[in-house]
Amino acid sequence: MVSRAAWIYIGLVGIVTAALVFAAQLANGFFAVGHVLYPWLALASLQALFLLCDSVKSPTTSRQTVWSPSSAATLAAVVLLGPVAAALVGATSLISLRRQPADDSDPVRRRRLLMAERLFNGSMHALSGLAAGEAYHALNGHVGLPHPAVFRQIAVAFAAAAVVHVLANHTLVRGVNRLNRRNGTARREPLESSLILLLASDLGYACLGLVIASLWQVMGWFATVIVLVPLFVARWAMAQFAEQHRAYSATMNALCQAVETKDYYTRGHGDRVSKGAVMIARQIGMSSDRTDAISFAGMLHDVGKLGVPTQVLQKTGPLTEDEFAAIQLHPMRGLQIVSEIGFLYEALNGILHHHERIDGRGYPLGLAGHEIPEFARVIAVADAFDSMTSTRSYREAKSIEAAVAELRRGAGMQFDPLLVEAFIAALTQDGWQLPELAVRPPDLGAVTVQDHDDPTAPLQVIIP
Amino acid sequence: MTGGTLAGRPAPDRMAPSSYWQALDSGRLLLMAAAGMLAVAAFAGAAVAGGHPIHWKVVLTFGGFIAFGELLRLALPGGREAAPIAMVGALSYALVLKVPDPGHPPYVIHPNPPLVISVAAIGMAVGALPHIAAGRPAALTGMCTRLVAVACVAFIFRELPTKSLAERPWELAFAVMVLLVSFGWLADVVVSALIRADDVGARFSVAIVDEMRLQWPLGLAVGASVLITVFGAETLGLMELAIFIGPLLVTQVAFRRYAGIRATYLQTVRSLARVTEVAGYVEEGHSRRVSWLAVAVGRRLGMAEPQLLALEYAALMHDIGQLSLRDPIPAGATVLVSPADQDRIAELGEKVIREAGVLNDVAELVRCQAWPAYGHDPAPPLGSMIIRAANAFDDMVGPSLDRDRSAAALDRMRMHPVEYDPHVVAVLADVSGRRVASRL
Repeated sequence: MVSRAAWIYIGLVGIVTAALVFAAQLANGFFAVGHVLYPWLALASLQALFLLCDSVKSPTTSRQTVWSPSSAATLAAVVLLGPVAAALVGATSLISLRRQPADDSDPVRRRRLLMAERLFNGSMHALSGLAAGEAYHALNGHVGLPHPAVFRQIAVAFAAAAVVHVLANHTLVRGVNRLNRRNGTARREPLESSLILLLASDLGYACLGLVIASLWQVMGWFATVIVLVPLFVARWAMAQFAEQHRAYSATMNALCQAVETKDYYTRGHGDRVSKGAVMIARQIGMSSDRTDAISFAGMLHDVGKLGVPTQVLQKTGPLTEDEFAAIQLHPMRGLQIVSEIGFLYEALNGILHHHERIDGRGYPLGLAGHEIPEFARVIAVADAFDSMTSTRSYREAKSIEAAVAELRRGAGMQFDPLLVEAFIAALTQDGWQLPELAVRPPDLGAVTVQDHDDPTAPLQVIIP
Repeated sequence: MTGGTLAGRPAPDRMAPSSYWQALDSGRLLLMAAAGMLAVAAFAGAAVAGGHPIHWKVVLTFGGFIAFGELLRLALPGGREAAPIAMVGALSYALVLKVPDPGHPPYVIHPNPPLVISVAAIGMAVGALPHIAAGRPAALTGMCTRLVAVACVAFIFRELPTKSLAERPWELAFAVMVLLVSFGWLADVVVSALIRADDVGARFSVAIVDEMRLQWPLGLAVGASVLITVFGAETLGLMELAIFIGPLLVTQVAFRRYAGIRATYLQTVRSLARVTEVAGYVEEGHSRRVSWLAVAVGRRLGMAEPQLLALEYAALMHDIGQLSLRDPIPAGATVLVSPADQDRIAELGEKVIREAGVLNDVAELVRCQAWPAYGHDPAPPLGSMIIRAANAFDDMVGPSLDRDRSAAALDRMRMHPVEYDPHVVAVLADVSGRRVASRL
């Protein structure tokens, strides 16, 4: 879906771009004065390079970071042929061969989305190419084959052009994303840390524009071919990264499920707590690296339960002090298992302290308030919420409303009030996937009778 | 040494030795001696060679480029190290013939292998210094390999009629450089494979295919980058190097992320495989010892690296099926329970791993781990036979390094040639003996 505001914005960008390119063409002609032989051939080969880069970009990673080396072609055109040619290279995005992921089932809407995207990408790339070209021109950058004698001047002008290109590009994209997001349909924008990576990689690839221009002197259009090799290798590596990342998450999931198989009722608990923790993390604006880490921490937070004897977990009636101590040890056990995984130190803290309470009456260390690491406070909220909204052998699942009320009641005592509010806000926005629980299979052995996560039914301990 | 120490080791093929020199085997020493002699001869040659002027600006720029590249080393899967940017710098310097400079007549550079080797060696050493200062290993082997490859390219290039090459159409120089860079890559791969074969006891024929499969993408990127740098520097001068570092860094970041996630993946599986130990299903360190033994045996039997990785994962997770059991088996020794139960555990484990959807070859190895080596239809894959033998060995011997105990366990396995493949057991005997000898 494309919102009306986004359509107006896209149309506006398109019209402004067309007008500006036309004006620039009237003023300077298609090509700024230079020494490139066969300028039309040069333009065509740069357009081909752009099209190739644009068509194969975006190996989807979990962070939805899009790496596009196509800016190299536009910036080479800036140096070799001038602003109008750069805009024409950028406009090639209109006929980009990239297929859209089919996230909309309705063919009409999908076609519209595709059209909007082509239109926007074409005009955006053309406009940023034009802007970069004009910036290069304004700083006395020499258009044509770069010559060593004027090279310093070219380098300065080119650096400015590259920055203008990257900024124009990102500003326009952010604009359309914001307009679309207000409608509540689009994906979130990339989070800050990946944005910096994105800007840096765009700038890195932009440098390639000048490299192409300098190679042109020797090998002409073949420069675009030789430059493609490292580009495609980098893309290969990124695709491998994305694939490994997917495999990694899938393996983690499978192993976590294996850990949970022992108890019918807590199946999927880790997965849901992980999702809840990520919802809170997004709501309070955590960086994407930390969000990744908290997602793993949430998934693995109860892994230490494996170290607790089954008889204790499945005991009916009050626990002895020793048995309670065994349960209280599970965060430590979890830490012991995951401590050698090289992910963030913070995730380990989240696992170790997820049963601390804001009032200091939790375990294992009895930390209070902000002594408790942020990860642990986040996980605690998601953990309790999932426990309450899941069915247990001793009670039915609570409704979401009842569980929310319970979270509010515990805010300030058991939970961090700010995080509770953040979770509730995220809950109204994104909703919550309740655990699917059909009828309990009859051949099932013993199950957990007391849930240590349930804040409404604290564990009963025999006090001698 | 106890099993606890074994469990604490980072990776079987990357074990940090207690003393550096003790771990140096003959292959590495030979390589280092060769590279050291090469460097010394090059220093001497560069110092006494008259005739051609040394352009210090060019030397310093390329030297700095190499040092920077060495600083940004890259850890590749399987405990390898690469320094692609340093390699680009060194090979470009070996092949560049002319560097224009604003306000100057262009520098004409005559192929001078001693100078190239000296610049590369000093650049690499300078780039390695911060690593050493930060307490990271110096990774001399990788540096020596790179130096040898660069030296090969530089010496061949000197023998070519470079003067006429510069006057011919660019296509000829381009083709010659493509050949030279490919040759440099091949030299790098062959030396790395020789070292690796010597290091971990792999067969050379297997090691070289492994190296090629692993190194071709990076080698391709390095090769193209060398051509771009040489031709770019010949038209634009040294500024080219400063500009081209941008795209090189992006490529490097992409590879780093890829290698990073692979390392995290292995680390995570290694850690999570311990859940069976914490839960009391198996003895402490069991899965790691089994995986070490299995990988060592598999490598001896000529398995390639992707298969070895699957074998390592399968060996680490071979007991994961026990998580579905109500009560732990006494001391977790699956060798002591009935074959039917062993099969059930294997199948439960297979189910868990298949759930991931991406490790089906691993799941297959886990599924067949309890099958006898002969007489079962279908026959178990080699990896499963290895896991079965390694698992039985560790169930009987545990972390103990007592030779008599190992011998007894091996004898017991030899008495059941249908259960345990005799060939696998023979290799296992050798490998487990080395476990003692190399003080694991």
